[in-house]
Amino acid sequence: MGGAFVVLFFILVVLGVPVLILILLYNKLVRLRNRSENAWHQIDVQLQKRADLVPNLVETVKGYAQHEKSVLEEVTKARSIYSQAGTMKEKADATNMLTGALKTLFAVAENYPELKANQNFLLLQEELSGIESKIAYARQFYNDVVLSFNNAQQVFPSNIIAGWFGFKLREYFEIEETKRDVPKVDFK
Amino acid sequence: MFSGTGHKGAGSGLPIGSISSSRSSENEKKGPRASMIYEEIAANKRRSFLLISFFVMFLLALGWIFGMSYGAGEAGVAMALAVALVISLVTFFWGDKMVLGISRARPVDRKQNPYLANVVEGLAIAAGVPTPKAFVIDDSAPNAFATGRNPENSSVAVTTGLLKKLNRLELEGVIAHEISHIKNFDIRYAMLVAVLVGTVALVSDWMRRSFFYRGRRKKGGAGSGLIVVVALVLAILAPVIAQLIRLALSRQREYLADASGALLTRYPEGLASALEKISKDTEPLEAANKATAHLYIVNPLLEHRGKLNSLFSTHPPAEERIKRLRAM
Repeated sequence: MGGAFVVLFFILVVLGVPVLILILLYNKLVRLRNRSENAWHQIDVQLQKRADLVPNLVETVKGYAQHEKSVLEEVTKARSIYSQAGTMKEKADATNMLTGALKTLFAVAENYPELKANQNFLLLQEELSGIESKIAYARQFYNDVVLSFNNAQQVFPSNIIAGWFGFKLREYFEIEETKRDVPKVDFK
Repeated sequence: MFSGTGHKGAGSGLPIGSISSSRSSENEKKGPRASMIYEEIAANKRRSFLLISFFVMFLLALGWIFGMSYGAGEAGVAMALAVALVISLVTFFWGDKMVLGISRARPVDRKQNPYLANVVEGLAIAAGVPTPKAFVIDDSAPNAFATGRNPENSSVAVTTGLLKKLNRLELEGVIAHEISHIKNFDIRYAMLVAVLVGTVALVSDWMRRSFFYRGRRKKGGAGSGLIVVVALVLAILAPVIAQLIRLALSRQREYLADASGALLTRYPEGLASALEKISKDTEPLEAANKATAHLYIVNPLLEHRGKLNSLFSTHPPAEERIKRLRAM
């Protein structure tokens, strides 16, 4: 009977469309959440890469600046603290410590022209600079993703879905702006 | 039908002086308002969508009018479409290798040019795409392009001229623009548009030809005279209109890549300054020709660069791009 089909179709649409919307919105939230998790780990990856550079760097500098023992020890210590860091807070603190130690190391390297001319040192310096950039980019990407994720959780109608399924707002990665008066090792 | 989009790094030339990367030190200056860039991107995507919708409707209307004015005969069109499809698929899967081969691009050596390798990787991280393969082209004309059907299979190439002439911030701007093309799937987008254009051209061609032969046969089932005239006029104009739409779309995507790139670096001035330098350079790019011109960041065919030509150019005029970037 034609009439029965129409009714059936109508019911299908009335029930089906909201369900479809629900699925689409939920999936979008899940994807954004996973992306933000992944973005967070990306930062970790870059931080680890930086820490991994340290032994090589220390060896190279040692060859030319044996007397700068304290500086070298600082850097090595900071690195081992980082590798032991577990929680987010510990990692953040260790990161800052390593950043500080590295700055000092490069400032000191200024006084050793032979070191500055060493190929390996230059390569490491470039690598480090690259990694610092990547850390910054990774943080930026993480914040961008968090923005999308938080937006999706707060705009209508996905805010309803977010509430139902217990999605939580994520925190932005705020760098404490460590003084950017990096001693500029300029070759001008 | 090649797709690609059209940046420089530290070779042995640039001083590896500062510890902090040039980017982070420049961020101390007043940055762009990110909200403006987001708006620019959203507006651009809307415009692209409208243009594509118009294009599809145009194509459908064309098909309808042609169908009305002429009885049947879909076999010819079907075959032509099949050919177009094959060409499109080949280009889709091998287009990037072809284009890199033509330009004689060589892969970037991480030890020789660590800065360039790091820039590409860093910006890919910022964009959230896999790192594209980086290539260098031996040509003193400054230019760059990106190619690849999706972010997982993409490549970015820069000329040695670009590496020499731009500073670090400018190079980052260029690479950010190219990576944005990859992220926005512009290469695939351009392919889709090229297929649409090709289809319009083929259908129009068929229509013109069938009209030519019409007089020699008994009229059977054809539409009224007016429809036929309209169809014929369209058959002549349609390919041109289709090309104009394609070029308009291409220009929109260039603006989008500019804005997206600026969002990646948070420093539009880098790209603006790079565009200034590149567009002022009058050296012709050896490997480029009409088929590949649309790939590059600035139109390598010098005669197409000025404002007057802009309707027929794949790229917007550089002055306009620079103006928009500096307004962000």
